[in-house]
Amino acid sequence: MRVMVIVKADEKSEAGVMHTTEQLADMGKFNEELVKAGVMLAGEGLHPSSRGVRVQFSGGKRTVIDGPFTESKELIAGFWLWQVRSMDEAIEWLKRAPFEDTAVEIRPVFEAEDFGTEFTPELREQEDRLRAEVAARQAAQA
Amino acid sequence: MTTSDAHRAIEAVWRIESAKLIAALTRLVRDVGLAEDLAQDALVAALERWPESGVPDNPGAWLMAAAKRRAIDLMRHGAMQERKRPVLGHELETQLESAVPDLDAAIDDPVGDDLLRLVFMTCHPVLSREARLALTLRLLGGLTTEEIARAFLTPEPTVAQRIVRAKRTLAEARVPFEVPRGAELSMRLSSVLEVIYLVFNEGYSATAGDDWVRPALCEEAQRLARIVAGLLPDEPEVHGLVALLEIQASRLRARVGPAGEPVLLLDQDRARWDHLLIHRGLAALDRATALVAARGGALGPYTLQAAIAACHARARTAAETDWVRIVALYDGLAELTASPVVELNRAVAVAMAFGPAAGLELVDELAAEPVLKGYHLLPSVRGDLLAKLGRHAEARAELERAAALTRNARERELLLSRAAACARQAIGVVR
Repeated sequence: MRVMVIVKADEKSEAGVMHTTEQLADMGKFNEELVKAGVMLAGEGLHPSSRGVRVQFSGGKRTVIDGPFTESKELIAGFWLWQVRSMDEAIEWLKRAPFEDTAVEIRPVFEAEDFGTEFTPELREQEDRLRAEVAARQAAQA
Repeated sequence: MTTSDAHRAIEAVWRIESAKLIAALTRLVRDVGLAEDLAQDALVAALERWPESGVPDNPGAWLMAAAKRRAIDLMRHGAMQERKRPVLGHELETQLESAVPDLDAAIDDPVGDDLLRLVFMTCHPVLSREARLALTLRLLGGLTTEEIARAFLTPEPTVAQRIVRAKRTLAEARVPFEVPRGAELSMRLSSVLEVIYLVFNEGYSATAGDDWVRPALCEEAQRLARIVAGLLPDEPEVHGLVALLEIQASRLRARVGPAGEPVLLLDQDRARWDHLLIHRGLAALDRATALVAARGGALGPYTLQAAIAACHARARTAAETDWVRIVALYDGLAELTASPVVELNRAVAVAMAFGPAAGLELVDELAAEPVLKGYHLLPSVRGDLLAKLGRHAEARAELERAAALTRNARERELLLSRAAACARQAIGVVR
């Protein structure tokens, strides 16, 4: 199974405070452990929300709102995508991460099977179109 | 923490730590069977203690310390002499005592030397293929005997027996706990890669039973391949294998239809391929080819297969597939392996690149190969090519023959439905 590990933003990450050399080294070591164990599929850190935008959808209307956004607990500062055998394994890995004061969330990634009967052929087709678009965009960027 | 929460946490810790633990213990006691027993004893101790105390901050070091205490206890009671282990008690005691101060270092094994030695041991050619698979999944994957039995649809006592016998064989053959060097390395490495590939294939195309794929086994193999790539970063074929597995796994969800039926490569909806895995696979393939270029020499069999898989992965539609390049890669692979199965695959690629008649000619040359006798893909490919040439009655007979030969129920259904389609076509032509 795959999980997304979501690192929440805090005042420091939102203020764009860079990590110390030591913090970076600790995180580097943790990432290396994940890679060596074959667990890490992807992982990225994100710029503060001041460099982000939101697109607000209301009915047919789309409004673009520039960051920063204030509710920092709802914001994210980075993520990993891990391949693990269970949520318990993801928890045990995350407990080894070198964080001090922050909350980090683990969410299982949906597999098509998880949708059960709700995932009708029509929905599946829609999902496939979406994937095709993403793939096309990735290919265009490559 | 409730007991069941604690047990689940301990199970997860075990999955993460057991291989490193057994590897470090094997270095100390020089017997993989004894090392596993000691690690299991440590696990039992954890199951007793952790539900109350909680999981310790450094669970790996805790388990290592518990295993070593157990080893020293056993020895003092003379129990180990009774077991007639190859290491003398006194020598072992000295080793263990001197090892106690650097417990953390022992489990840390930063370079992964112990883990690598364990990989070479569980994949040792002195063991049968089945034994290598079972022992590797058990000691390196941290799977239970029951899980391995379920994965391979084999009765649990059979797997348990296989593992016991494998450990005994390793002890009797006095297989050293070391990383082979020089010319032996490449021979032994190919055994390691073969074991991982077989685990993957068992998951990717279940040889027997109703399930077409068992994805958990594929994930285990991918993880093992990535681990070995981390341990041997300069070996191109390891990266070649990683690339092959990542790219093949990228198609897992596209190769099963809504009713669980198999969907063949060219009919797959490419939007359903996993582009993250493709990206990872192509990166691993680049590493493999760069290492070969730097070292000189030819691409190895896994890198060539990965390069073929990459041709498909890069094609946005089935029609865009570069079949001429695939034929060239198969030429290289056929030369390397001299395998009729590879020749059969090459014939398919030739048919796609230069037309079904050219492919059929090659397949007919293979018909007499004793290795392919009873191999369902030979009549299946032949049937396919005959159908493309409009020889529907012959195609039907071949597809039915293939259906009778396969052991996979889903695959049989697919072959029979294609045979039926050919039969309808044949009648249509007669009319």
